[in-house]
Amino acid sequence: MKTLKKKESFASRLLSSDGAVSILVVIMGFLVGTVLVALVGRNPLNMYKAILQSLTGYNIDNGKMNVRYIGETLNYTVPFVLCGLSMAFAARAGLFNIGGEGQYIVGLTVAQVIALLGPQVKGLHWILAILGAILIGALWGGVVGLLKAKFEVSEVVSTIMLNYVALYLSRIVCLQLPGATTYKTANYPETALLNNALFQKLTNNSMLNNGFFLMVISLIVYWFIMEKTNLGFGLRATGFNKEAARCSGIPVVKSISISMAIAGAFAGLAGGIVALGSFRYGRVLAGMDNYGFNGIAVALVGNNTAIGTMLAGFLFGMLKNAQALMQGKQIPKEITFIIQGLIVVFIALRSAIALYLDWLNKRQLQKEVISK
Amino acid sequence: MEYAIEMKGITKTFPGVVANDNVDLQVAPQEVHALLGENGAGKSTLMSILFGAYNADSGTIKINGQEVNIKDPNVATELGIGMVHQHFKLVHNYTVTENIVLGLEPTNKFGLLNIGVAEKRVAELSQQYGLQVDPKALIENITVGAQQRVEILKTLYRNANMIIFDEPTAVLTPQEIDELMEIIRRLKAEGKTVVLITHKLKEIKAVADRCTVLRRGKYIGTVDVDSVTEQELAEMMVGRAVQFEIEKAPPNIGETILSVRNLSVADHTGQMKVKDFSIDVHKGEIVGIAGVDGNGQSELLYGLCGLLPVAEGRIFLDREDITNTSIRHRIEAGLGHIPEDRQRHGLISNFTISENCVLKNYYKAPYSNRYGLLDQSKMLENSDSLIEQFDIRAGQGSLTPAGSLSGGNQQKTIVAREINLSPHLLLVAQPTRGLDVGAIEYIRKRLLEERDKGRAILLISFELDEIMNLCDRIATISKGQIVGIFNQGEVTEREIGMMMAGSKHDGETG
Ligand SMILES: Nc1ncnc2c1ncn2[C@@H]1O[C@H](COP(=O)(O)OP(=O)(O)O)[C@@H](O)[C@H]1O
Ligand SMILES: [Mg+2]
Repeated sequence: MKTLKKKESFASRLLSSDGAVSILVVIMGFLVGTVLVALVGRNPLNMYKAILQSLTGYNIDNGKMNVRYIGETLNYTVPFVLCGLSMAFAARAGLFNIGGEGQYIVGLTVAQVIALLGPQVKGLHWILAILGAILIGALWGGVVGLLKAKFEVSEVVSTIMLNYVALYLSRIVCLQLPGATTYKTANYPETALLNNALFQKLTNNSMLNNGFFLMVISLIVYWFIMEKTNLGFGLRATGFNKEAARCSGIPVVKSISISMAIAGAFAGLAGGIVALGSFRYGRVLAGMDNYGFNGIAVALVGNNTAIGTMLAGFLFGMLKNAQALMQGKQIPKEITFIIQGLIVVFIALRSAIALYLDWLNKRQLQKEVISK
Repeated sequence: MEYAIEMKGITKTFPGVVANDNVDLQVAPQEVHALLGENGAGKSTLMSILFGAYNADSGTIKINGQEVNIKDPNVATELGIGMVHQHFKLVHNYTVTENIVLGLEPTNKFGLLNIGVAEKRVAELSQQYGLQVDPKALIENITVGAQQRVEILKTLYRNANMIIFDEPTAVLTPQEIDELMEIIRRLKAEGKTVVLITHKLKEIKAVADRCTVLRRGKYIGTVDVDSVTEQELAEMMVGRAVQFEIEKAPPNIGETILSVRNLSVADHTGQMKVKDFSIDVHKGEIVGIAGVDGNGQSELLYGLCGLLPVAEGRIFLDREDITNTSIRHRIEAGLGHIPEDRQRHGLISNFTISENCVLKNYYKAPYSNRYGLLDQSKMLENSDSLIEQFDIRAGQGSLTPAGSLSGGNQQKTIVAREINLSPHLLLVAQPTRGLDVGAIEYIRKRLLEERDKGRAILLISFELDEIMNLCDRIATISKGQIVGIFNQGEVTEREIGMMMAGSKHDGETG
């Protein structure tokens, strides 16, 4: 006998639905964020005004509409979603890819290199740069997979180290690029840019670019590989029960390497899109952009599904876009980091809450069994 | 006569299953009443209703002739009903006594906890009923058998007159089982009424007075245990004639399928567990490996199927040397494997039955096309047909997650998958461990059918019964080496038992 039926509380039923937990956790994150804003003596309403504006482009205070904000939110969403997919893809195969950041950085770097040195052929140049970003990301992730599969090197340790290798390697490489100063390179040629005239027209000159299409394609590819292909079948089997997968002849070593490579490809693509879509020049990175790390949170909130990752990525993109607006309204922009952090903590607490409910249930049962 | 417990027309449904369908149960005062049924028959559900943990959809309950409404376990406790659950509900870092009195801690006149009084009462009770426990020991430091005695004491401490045991022997060693049977007799002698849930016929014969049988949620009947044979009980339980001794035709032995030559296999720690092991298995025969657990059987199996590397020697399957080939290659070469550990090696519990049924060939036609795309409908067709053929009982059919199946149905799923692949050689380990009579019989029959179809089968089992029953040849293994190989009928069970303990067939006892 398990838990008492009528004591199958609302809470435990809620906890058994991944989607519900994510929504609950996001709401809780916002609630606590609201309280914090109030505690530091600012009006929480302003926070929501900023969020509304980044979501719809509508400015309540002056009644003006500017669709550009929508475009920016969507543009910010792209790398979050892609890095989320990177994390999620590895997670489905039972791996923890902390290396999204490094994969993102190498993707960004190679895209910059090709943008500045590649053949300036219209319609081909940026595609080459993006392909380069994808490939190097796949390579950067695949190495980790191979190390893990062949030599049982923990992917957690190797990816963290490779993140730093990627950052410093990127600096060394980018400092050699044409027109490099300590923080930027020369401007890209037109042919390397991802900008999309239609988007620009529609969104009042926002930065929204072709990367958005690539994100949509990536989401479809992710879903398709996972659910529709035998590769995905093998990966999911490996993620759920590596021993049984091995015993059934599923090439586990190959699965692990491939899944890390594909995970890396998503993050590399994110790097390429940010490099060519959000900037007109190459950057000599001084620190990490943190999209890779945020991808972990995005995947967590999105429960490693395509739809979930898309929604969570959008949430993160929206918060990022709202930051500047908040500052304009005297709300410290750090509040968005706090909300994101809280969301992750609450998600992590999920298992703790489940344990706690389990314990409560048992105690309840114990009480009922023994009370007279 | 007034019954101690009388349940009438109890019906209880869960989403997708009718766990109890108009079930009756009448338990006389001071009898040991067995509740018999296969896994999933609805025994636990019925008793959970009596104990107030579930509420029935319909039906009435009378206790000592009074109609009652047991809406929760508190009411059950007040009525003198106690339950020893299949999974104990003890707090591990509390002492025996603390666990027993939990919730009704005795206090002295100043309201302070007075554990001494409780300890004395616990000692008295354990004396009276022959339930040996140390009242001061921590739960985590006592054996499973002792924990169960604590659970019994807990019910007695609360003055239970009727005690329900839910599959109490599932977790016990043979010796502890004997002790428990003694305890149940003692409880009866002291005037308690006992309901014993089980699917083991021997236990019923040993202690029960009467027995009520459930099958697939339905009430089948109540019988006096003395007036029926085990055979008859088994038939009531599974709904058809059950053969304990399976008849089998003489083997029709063909060419050699598996040939193992001087095989040595080390376990994960590098310790050589199989040493210089040679054996042949032919088409159409079942060869059994008899031995005490831990004598290299698992490593032999892992070496053969490729989960562990071979240290020395060679393995030939259909004359092909597969010693160092990948697991997938071996499967494609015709090696089937029903693993010892269902959960760990046999199934992916988050996957559906449908997905589990193609775990070894999902990448091939008809389940995948040449572009690597899966064909869900072909997968479903496959599992629908296997569910039907192998009588796998699952709430949501092909889409049931394997993890939510009962042990017997999980095993049937694995057997179905492996047989469906038409392997030339089937490695089978402990195929019936933890299963009920119906499933055991079914799986053994299936294995024999496969033998008669000309498959070579290598069977590893710790149950001598099973080996004696199924095998055409029997090899005994001790410390990773073969002690002797015999044809069925050449040796007695006793001789094999002695060899398993390590003595040579012709030699002195070791
Ligand atoms: N809490 C529950 N929710 C859904 N189905 C259940 C639940 N408890 C039992 N069942 C189902 O009811 C049937 C009877 O289960 P149970 O009473 O545990 O059988 P037994 O104890 O005889 O093995 C099974 O098919 C089981 O899957
Ligand atoms: Mg049960």
